[in-house]
Amino acid sequence: MVTRIDNGSAGRANLSGSQDYILQVKGLVKYFPVRSGILQRVTAQVKAVDGVSFDVRRGETIGLVGESGCGKTTTGRTIMRLTDPTRGAIIFEGQDIAKLSAGQMKHTRKDMQIIFQDPYSSLDPRVPVGESIGEGLLIHGTPKSEREQIVSEMLKRVGLHPEHSRRYPHEFSGGQRQRIGIARALSMQPKLIVADEPVSALDVSIQSQVLNILKDLQRDFGLTYLFIAHNLSVVEHISDRVGVMYLGKMAELCDRNELFENPRHPYTQALLSAIPVPDPRIRRERIILKGDVPSPLNPPSGCRFHTRCWLAQQICTDEEPAWRDIGSENGSGNPHLVACHFAEQTKVKAGGTAMVARNFDPTAPAKESIEGPKS
Amino acid sequence: MKAQSSGRPGDELLRVEGLKTYFYTEDGIVKSVDGIDFSLKRGEVLGIAGESGCGKSVTSLSIMRLISKPGKIVEGKIWFDGQDLAQLSEEQMTKIRGNRIAMIFQQPTSCLNPVFKIGDQIVEVLKIHKKMSDRSARDRTIELLTMVGIPSAKKRFDNYPHEMSGGMCQRVMIAMGLANEPELLIADEPTTALDVTIQAQILELMKELKRSINTAIILITHDLGVMAEMAERMVIMYAGKIVEQADVNDLFDAPKHPYTQGLLASIPVLGQVKERLEVIPGTVPSLRNLPQGCRFAPRCPRRMPVCTSEDPDLLKLDGRAARCWLYHPAINPDPAVAEEQTVEQVNSYRQSHRHA
Repeated sequence: MVTRIDNGSAGRANLSGSQDYILQVKGLVKYFPVRSGILQRVTAQVKAVDGVSFDVRRGETIGLVGESGCGKTTTGRTIMRLTDPTRGAIIFEGQDIAKLSAGQMKHTRKDMQIIFQDPYSSLDPRVPVGESIGEGLLIHGTPKSEREQIVSEMLKRVGLHPEHSRRYPHEFSGGQRQRIGIARALSMQPKLIVADEPVSALDVSIQSQVLNILKDLQRDFGLTYLFIAHNLSVVEHISDRVGVMYLGKMAELCDRNELFENPRHPYTQALLSAIPVPDPRIRRERIILKGDVPSPLNPPSGCRFHTRCWLAQQICTDEEPAWRDIGSENGSGNPHLVACHFAEQTKVKAGGTAMVARNFDPTAPAKESIEGPKS
Repeated sequence: MKAQSSGRPGDELLRVEGLKTYFYTEDGIVKSVDGIDFSLKRGEVLGIAGESGCGKSVTSLSIMRLISKPGKIVEGKIWFDGQDLAQLSEEQMTKIRGNRIAMIFQQPTSCLNPVFKIGDQIVEVLKIHKKMSDRSARDRTIELLTMVGIPSAKKRFDNYPHEMSGGMCQRVMIAMGLANEPELLIADEPTTALDVTIQAQILELMKELKRSINTAIILITHDLGVMAEMAERMVIMYAGKIVEQADVNDLFDAPKHPYTQGLLASIPVLGQVKERLEVIPGTVPSLRNLPQGCRFAPRCPRRMPVCTSEDPDLLKLDGRAARCWLYHPAINPDPAVAEEQTVEQVNSYRQSHRHA
């Protein structure tokens, strides 16, 4: 029935042998055309994802963080082929799925599933949840008896009762619906799960329940997660490696501890310092970024962060920084990838997030700042 | 600062007593706020935290008298500077609302009128309550927009809400809320809809304004990080009741109520990686069908026999309060002993102390 359980430990073990990639994303680009006028001609492109590359190792959890409009959700959806990429390669299990036809994709999609953010809109209100969970199995021709068995097994796995399968979504709370969404993704026995903000719509006490379930399932089924979220504390909790996105580009990507202790991209530093810590006795120096994220319709030249960056020089406006490895310092030997001209100079003291970038004056006006809150 | 606020900082500004706000729906009575008491001093920041459905937003709407059918303030007093807001006529309340008490909401983009210029929307507030001339209201508006950090405020005056980002709209909402220098500002999840870097800007702005204007603030949020940073005193609500009330340091240092303890333990904290998060089992009860006894009892890890039959009072404990039998003098918190405690014992204790 559920056969992948014993593969679990094997999947995890492969983590150290860094060659075993379940997914490789290379130069992924996704533009959404903006049409206007009576002829509906394409007048502009929303550059939602603009050249993103990363590898996902088998059995790991890779977190993608960033603020709204940074392209993290579009990246996840494009990898699932829920929208078609404009350019770039998505190599899943050795096969480039970016160019597969819908029919071919049907087979591949068995191995990759998605969990959505909103547990209210992602379940069909007119269908008993058991049918929603088993729908993928039905499509792939699993006989009814086996289907029912898998559905009740999955419901048990996410902490619900098998009898719940005949109930409708409105009979469940938000947290329970999110479990149903997880059960639905699991029923196909996928290898990769894209979790798009799976806990952001949930209350904190429910959020921790769902996060624990996700961790348990990963251990038992050897799952690989691409975990997309805006909440850095949640991402830190669940991820092995974390990628930070800004305006359609990857800004920084490395091991979880390395990122939170030794962030090198100024945007990552600002993001980390902006998070309120639930401890009233901690008073941190905070980097307050000027203005808002620029529009992805017309992103800034050079480094996209230069309009809000307190370190920006002329080169940042002129040249796009390379996506390069500066080497991690935590001895893991894993790469620390960052896209910043000055990544070598942004080192922060040990203790990291609490005292990010002491040397820089965060109140100094950013170059070409669009709008300054304290002007 | 202004003529109508006669009190000094530190004086009591607001006292809510036994407030009950129910919603009479077709499916039954929803007891959103079910008997809460708290007070607020001038210039103080009080945080109200809790999960969805705990009644924190209904509490603030009740203070603003913005509860509409099928909802109703059933009982209780809302003393604001010596006046009971619950008894005021709509006309009298209109004079206070937006003037002496202002509110900012979670969704700044939907709270501004999309067909009016943002400047005119603030001018309107000033003209209604302050009877200002067009000219001086306009000048004051530009001053306010500058104060909340909107660059080139003169130009921005003529913008429509859709021309501004969420963070900028929230600044406009704050400017509007502060236009009449209210004595009390109620901020209901003011940063929840914003990204973290924008949230940081708004929190910084609110702290700055707090220092310069000295308005009392009721801050409502589910984000305990924001709470720790902004609030001086905190109220934790659960299923329509206050379960704990304490100074912010005391609350985070040593939460008393098992719900508060569970809440604090269940959030992932940046820089403190744990293999597993603590969990509060189960879900929040339906407000139409509340459990007997303590409302948290079905989920409580320290549940005792008395908890499922009798609702505890909000017990005063050395400058703070918790609604939990664990702290009742008639109950021994030692679980082995507590097992023996019976409802009768507690009742007899209550009887003897009622007359004392």
